[in-house]
Amino acid sequence: MKNQINEAHEAVENNSNDSSTKRKVVVPGEVIVEGEDFLPGEGTRREGAKIIAGKFGLAEEAGRVVRLIAIFGAFIPRRGNVVIGRVSDITHAGWLVDIDSASQSFLPIEESPRFINRNEMDQYLAIGDVISAKIWTVKGKGIDLTLKGKGLGKLEDGFIFKVIPSRVPRVIGREGSMVNLIKEKTGCNITVGQNGWVWIKGPSIDAQIKARNAVTLVAEKVHVNGLTEKVEHWFAENE
Amino acid sequence: MSGMEVSNLTKQTLRKMLAEGKRFDHRGLLDFRELEVSYEVSKKAEGSARVKLGKTDVVVGVKLQTGEPYPDSPDNGNLMVSGDLLPLASPRFESGPPGFDAIELPRLVDRAVRSSGMIDLEKLVIKKGEMVWTVIIDIYPINDDGNLIDAACIGAVAALMQTVMPEIDKDGKINYEKKTSKKLPLSKDIVPLLFSFYKFGDSIILDPTREEQESSDARMTFGVSDWNGQFMVNSCQKKGGSTVTAEEIAKMMDILPKKFDETMKKFKKFL
Repeated sequence: MKNQINEAHEAVENNSNDSSTKRKVVVPGEVIVEGEDFLPGEGTRREGAKIIAGKFGLAEEAGRVVRLIAIFGAFIPRRGNVVIGRVSDITHAGWLVDIDSASQSFLPIEESPRFINRNEMDQYLAIGDVISAKIWTVKGKGIDLTLKGKGLGKLEDGFIFKVIPSRVPRVIGREGSMVNLIKEKTGCNITVGQNGWVWIKGPSIDAQIKARNAVTLVAEKVHVNGLTEKVEHWFAENE
Repeated sequence: MSGMEVSNLTKQTLRKMLAEGKRFDHRGLLDFRELEVSYEVSKKAEGSARVKLGKTDVVVGVKLQTGEPYPDSPDNGNLMVSGDLLPLASPRFESGPPGFDAIELPRLVDRAVRSSGMIDLEKLVIKKGEMVWTVIIDIYPINDDGNLIDAACIGAVAALMQTVMPEIDKDGKINYEKKTSKKLPLSKDIVPLLFSFYKFGDSIILDPTREEQESSDARMTFGVSDWNGQFMVNSCQKKGGSTVTAEEIAKMMDILPKKFDETMKKFKKFL
C-alpha cells in the first residue's frame, strides 16, 4: 500500500514533467478541471464550475467527460458486466455462484444455453467449477447471472487469478488494446472479468505464466503513462 | 486479495505446473521467498520482531510475567504461545472464536521452541515451586500470503533472541519501564525452525503462496534444530486428507538440513 502510494507520487512528478499527457493522479477533493464545458463522469462530481475528484485515482478527459479510474476499489456489480465466478452451491432452481462481490449471485437453470436435466445439474456445472457469466439483473437481494451470450459458459483448462477490480479498465486498455497486446505476444486466451478475476488459457505453461506476469505488471503500474509501450518493452526483455 | 475459494481449475493447473517444476513466481519448487526481519517493532513488549517472507508479514512479541509454575514442573518456567489470525491479514480470517488454523499455528511454534530446548526453562525459576517467569509469545499475522507457520517460527525465534528481562524487586513486582541488561536464558547454539512441505500429487514444495497453499493435498511440518553439528527433528505434524509415503518423508529428511542452513544464513544477516 505504502509502496503503491509512493509510486503514485512518482507518477505525479512524471506527469508534471510532461504536460502534454492527459492522465493525472488525483486525490479526493482535488480539482481536476475547471469549466462549464466538462461533464463529471464516474468517481467525480461538479461543484460550481469545477470538476472535483471523489476518489484516489487517475483522472482523464475523454472528450467532454472527465473519467476517474480508482487505484483501489471493490467491484460494484452492474447490469451487463461479464464476471468470472466459482460455483459454490447447487440448488433445485440453479447454481449459487461466488463472484467475489458483497452480494450473493445466482445462475438460474433456465439461463444456461442448452437444456439441462434438473437431476443432473452437477454434470454441467459442479461445485468448484469456474464460469464466465454476464450479470442479468442487480436487485436488492442479490445478483442474477446468465450464460446466454458469446464467450460465456464453463471455463475449461487454464487458471484464474485476481487483480484489483477498479484497475480492470486499465488491464483491458482502450478498446481492449492492452489485453489484445498480451494475447498477441503470448498466444494465450484471456478473459478479464469486471470483478477483477482473470482467466488465462494458453498453448503452454510458460506462455500462461508469462501472460499472468504481464497482466499483474499492468495492474501494478496503472498510474504509469505510455504503459502499452512499457509492456511491449517488457515482452522484448523477457523473450 | 480475494475471498473466493480456490477453484478446481487452479488446482488442476497448479498440479500440472508443479509436476514440470514450474511456479508462477519463477521460483524452484524448494526455494524460499525473500526473507526480511526487523526488530523492536513494539515498545511495550520485552522482545519483538517482524518477519516478511515475500508478501507474508508476521509480527511476533514476547512478554514476560511472573506466575506460579505448573504443579507437574515446579522447577521450570512457563512458556505460552498464542496466536490470533486477524481479519486484517486475509479475507479468509474472521473474528470470533479461533478456528482450526488459529489453534494449530501457535501450537506448532510452541512445540518447535519448547522441544528444541532453545529456552532454558530451569533458569526461569525465581522461587522454586512458588514463583517463575512466564514467557508469552504472541503471534500476529499482518498479511497472509501463504506459509505463515514457517514465518511465525522465524519471528518467534527472532523475538526471543531480542528479549530483555525487565526489573523485578524482592516481592516479585515487575517494573516494565526499567529493563535490565539480562537477556532471556537461551541455549546459544539451538535455533529451532519450522519447515512446512506441501504436497501436490507427486510434487513437494516449500514456502507456498496462499494460492498454492490452498490448493495443496497435504502438509508436513517439521521443527528442526542444529545441535552440535547434528540436525534434530524436534517436532512434526501432518495436515490434510492425502497420504504421505515413507519415501517422500525420506526425501524431505534429505532436504531439511540444506534448507535449514540456507535459511539460517539468510536469517543471520539480520541478527
